[in-house]
Amino acid sequence: MEKIKKECIEILKKYTFNQEVWENFNDKSSIIDDLKINSARIVDIIIDIEEKYNIEITDDELDKLKCFQDIVELIKSKI
Amino acid sequence: MSNRVVITGLGVVSPIGTGINDFLYSLKNGISGIKHIEELVNLNFACTIGGIPDISNSEFLSLIEQNELVEADTSIKYSVIAGMEAWESAKLKIPEINSDEININAGAIIGTCAGGLEIFMRKMFPLISTGKVKRLGSQIIEHWMSSGSVATLSKILALANLTTSNSSACSTGLEAIIMAYDRIKSEKAKIMLAGGSEPYSPYAWGGFDSMRLLSRKYNENPKFASRPMSNSATGFVPSAGAGIIILEDYEHAKNRKANILAEIIGTAINSGGQRQGGTMTSPNSQQVISCITQALEEANITGKDIDLISGHLTGTMADSIEVKNWKTALNLNNKFPYINAPKSILGHAIGAAGAIETIATILQIQHKFIHPTINCEDLNPEIKSTWNKNKIPIETIEDIEINYAMKASFGFGDVNSCIILKKIN
Repeated sequence: MEKIKKECIEILKKYTFNQEVWENFNDKSSIIDDLKINSARIVDIIIDIEEKYNIEITDDELDKLKCFQDIVELIKSKI
Repeated sequence: MSNRVVITGLGVVSPIGTGINDFLYSLKNGISGIKHIEELVNLNFACTIGGIPDISNSEFLSLIEQNELVEADTSIKYSVIAGMEAWESAKLKIPEINSDEININAGAIIGTCAGGLEIFMRKMFPLISTGKVKRLGSQIIEHWMSSGSVATLSKILALANLTTSNSSACSTGLEAIIMAYDRIKSEKAKIMLAGGSEPYSPYAWGGFDSMRLLSRKYNENPKFASRPMSNSATGFVPSAGAGIIILEDYEHAKNRKANILAEIIGTAINSGGQRQGGTMTSPNSQQVISCITQALEEANITGKDIDLISGHLTGTMADSIEVKNWKTALNLNNKFPYINAPKSILGHAIGAAGAIETIATILQIQHKFIHPTINCEDLNPEIKSTWNKNKIPIETIEDIEINYAMKASFGFGDVNSCIILKKIN
């Protein structure tokens, strides 16, 4: 779990321009509101995750991803 | 329509320099930007040379990363670098990223001929044709769309007037400047960024190579390859880059005490209709002449007032026709203005050419010199019998007052554009 978390943070960091958003980061941090990631970039994050873990994420699953923990749990359930 | 339109900023990315200072140095000294390109050898091109800008030392390079453009088409990267240089040189304000303020008086028209083609071929084609459309990601559109250049500059500068892209082959860059001039002249904008941007792409250059329009006999001596007006010219040499200028309403510029580089006093855009000798690839000379005379009429001057013509002159058979057209249009008998060919130094930057060469013309007015046409020591005999040879300088002329200069561009589709620039005292 910790390994996945670390890897996910690395992926998300590619899409956060202001690295100060990580100062108050926790598992419940919202991808859009707290990490200030452009909503259009969620698609790129999914592509990165699918390639890294060799998994498929459906549109329904994508719609449910709101906070950091949602991403980590989704990956965990698929690998 | 009594307002005047002036130029208050310049930005350039070119094979002879990224940034006005380097560009000016090479232009003034006639230093060619044409080099060997190994990729073209590997792809079996007949022409294996060209002009590719080096942007690695640009002071604006950090903007590429900041604006998520690392994987964008090169034409967009060039536009951002040239556009920001122009904006800063005009001493215009760069808005804070977090500010909600927009600039309703400022817009942009930046054209391209083949911008985006590299992204199509190297990224979209492999993914889409193998059923991996999902892998394209969220930024693919903004990284190839022809308005990607203005869209990105609008994001950085909060441009809230007209922001669009034009395309008219080799006339694109100059056409954009004239369209921006019209926008200010009709009082719909106060400031316009305008010009053209063109990427290096074998996929864009391949068609010209197949048409045998490109130089193919000077691959071993790239600097001698671009030979407009020369009797030994064998075709044009392709190049890439961007030229962007700031056009501004004169009163607006004066009120903010801007440094005025030149005034645009006459312009014209037309097409030959692909009749009367005009085709997709060759000009209807009557309409070329008409384009030039319309610009003179708008400027309310005659051909005899012109000090310098910056020709379209590419190094093909069309050069001698062009020189004859200039002579007819300007109604010249014995007194000839200087004529030079910036493509001898820069190569032909297709959609960016007209804009980069307009910048070259403005710099010649501003710095009082006429750049040489290199590689035309053996002047084409037809041109020799049309023009005064002494007015086709093969060496730099310094300390010369240029009060009026003309620049024209012509392109596939039988399209023409022409502009007259006036020195501001």
